[in-house]
Amino acid sequence: MNWYGCWTLYSRESRRFLNVKMQTIVAPALTAIMYLIVFRYAMGARSVPDLDVPYFEFLIPGLVMMAMMQNAFANTSSSIMVGKLMNMQIFLMMAPLSAFEVTLAFLGAAVTRAAIVAVVLLLVLVPFSDMHIEHVWMILFYGVCGSIIMGGMGMIGGMWSKTFDDMALLNNFIIMPLTFLSGVFYSVKQLPESWQAVNHFNPFFYLIDGFRHGFLNVGDTDPSQAVLIVSLATVTTMFACWQLWRTGWRLKD
Amino acid sequence: MGIALEVKQLTKTYNNGKKALEGVDLSVPEGSFFALLGPNGAGKSSLINILADTVKPSSGQVTFLGKDLFTERRWCKKQLGVVPQEIAFDPFFAPRDILKIMSGMFGVKPDMKWIDELLERLELSEHAKKNARQLSGGMRRRLLVAQALVHKPKVVILDEPTAGVDVELRKRLWGFMRELNAAGTTILLTTHYLEEAEELCDHVAIINQGKLLTSQSMKGLLDNVGSSSLVLEYPEERIVSTDIEQKLADFSPRSQGNKVTLCLKKTDGHTNFNDAYQAALATFGEATSVNIQDEDLEDVFLRITHENQT
Ligand SMILES: Nc1ncnc2c1ncn2[C@@H]1O[C@H](COP(=O)(O)OP(=O)(O)OP(=O)(O)O)[C@@H](O)[C@H]1O
Ligand SMILES: [Mg+2]
Repeated sequence: MNWYGCWTLYSRESRRFLNVKMQTIVAPALTAIMYLIVFRYAMGARSVPDLDVPYFEFLIPGLVMMAMMQNAFANTSSSIMVGKLMNMQIFLMMAPLSAFEVTLAFLGAAVTRAAIVAVVLLLVLVPFSDMHIEHVWMILFYGVCGSIIMGGMGMIGGMWSKTFDDMALLNNFIIMPLTFLSGVFYSVKQLPESWQAVNHFNPFFYLIDGFRHGFLNVGDTDPSQAVLIVSLATVTTMFACWQLWRTGWRLKD
Repeated sequence: MGIALEVKQLTKTYNNGKKALEGVDLSVPEGSFFALLGPNGAGKSSLINILADTVKPSSGQVTFLGKDLFTERRWCKKQLGVVPQEIAFDPFFAPRDILKIMSGMFGVKPDMKWIDELLERLELSEHAKKNARQLSGGMRRRLLVAQALVHKPKVVILDEPTAGVDVELRKRLWGFMRELNAAGTTILLTTHYLEEAEELCDHVAIINQGKLLTSQSMKGLLDNVGSSSLVLEYPEERIVSTDIEQKLADFSPRSQGNKVTLCLKKTDGHTNFNDAYQAALATFGEATSVNIQDEDLEDVFLRITHENQT
């Protein structure tokens, strides 16, 4: 293992977003606050049917998880896209870094960015509610796995995209629908039966639900089943990234 | 002296069916200053990019410092520095940081003394803290050279390192390369500035259309294959018709305005100057001036690449 090289790449990927804190940390926090304000006044003190928690508190973990996932995706996908456009990915190929080390560094940085965004959002949002942590392990597990899955999807998306248009397509037609329809803003129990079933095929649904479970101790999914599905999805994504990078998919002629 | 790089039957066919390399064999002695020459599209960059691991080979073998390049990539990469032909830079960082990162990625803790020396020698010190986006084209290319050298590789491959670099800096860049070479670094480069290659390099290989045409010492190429030519000037324009071309076929005549050039051959240490002069006299009449020119690398290059095209 070239640990030092892997660490260097990880810190490069982390410094890239730390250098532009306004875009990468302050902006997502601002967006989340605006969602919260809007829903606070729109929904008042109503609570979520069947779950018996205030809607407002229901929303916070979902927003945090959504921001984490979007930021993890943005970190890897933008890095690889810019790398392609600037012809910069050749330095990664020329360096004695294995595909495994590259994957580790990229995903590590994605998780770091997601974690920083999560901490900032929680610090900003939680004072408005009287929420507290119920299951730390759930928050950590779903938070980290969600970031890895989305960071990995960002890597794959970045490799797949030839232009920024491709990337926008991916974002608008796959990533956004999956995140919005994953139960950030509603409990699946509010949906008609058939839609509830569909939601169970959306991997993001398990992530958001599980993460929320860690704070509110209520959820729509069976935790033991969700842990299994999420673990599997995480391992699969990591494996796909590693293999695709190893073969130089859409990067090497 | 060992062999730094031994390429055997290397081929590359791109996805669009383009055959860029068709079985190239190349041997680069350790410690040499090696010029890889060829016209545009010859396959030089394809070869270099395969060595750099930015392009996948189709078939063939490469031995690098005694190890198999394709199976022992990690070890080989640490001993190899490559300057790519296409400008590439990290728009998020300044040159000094880029060099630190590059060194780190090679698993080497940044040696700040060496990094400062590189910046100094490549005349980038003033710009070390600017964002790489603010550098000019020539500065970016020099940064690429610095990036290739930051982990102190034993073998350095430069794909047109002086394209877009001004005359004075180019001279100094070559001076630096010479020092590195004198200190034991093997250097392989491509360039379209043939006078520079002739002056600097001790070995030369010429490729065209994916095939190796020749590979030998610079001196050998200029002495043996390369010959001299007879340049005759006339009061009026002279045209080499197909008729004349056939008649003087031994001398491959060329004309340019009122100048006619005949190639001379050396056999047993004697040039056929007399035959050529007599033939010219008979064909074109009295010349106003007669000169013998030694063929330089450019002539040899043009002759070899043209001979092989037909
Ligand atoms: N990515 C690619 N896909 C398809 N064909 C390519 C690709 N890269 C290069 N080629 C083709 O392969 C051939 C060799 O190109 P290469 O870049 O190796 O030439 P070169 O000797 O470096 O030329 P130059 O002096 O112009 O840099 C050319 O015909 C080129 O069009
Ligand atoms: Mg080239």
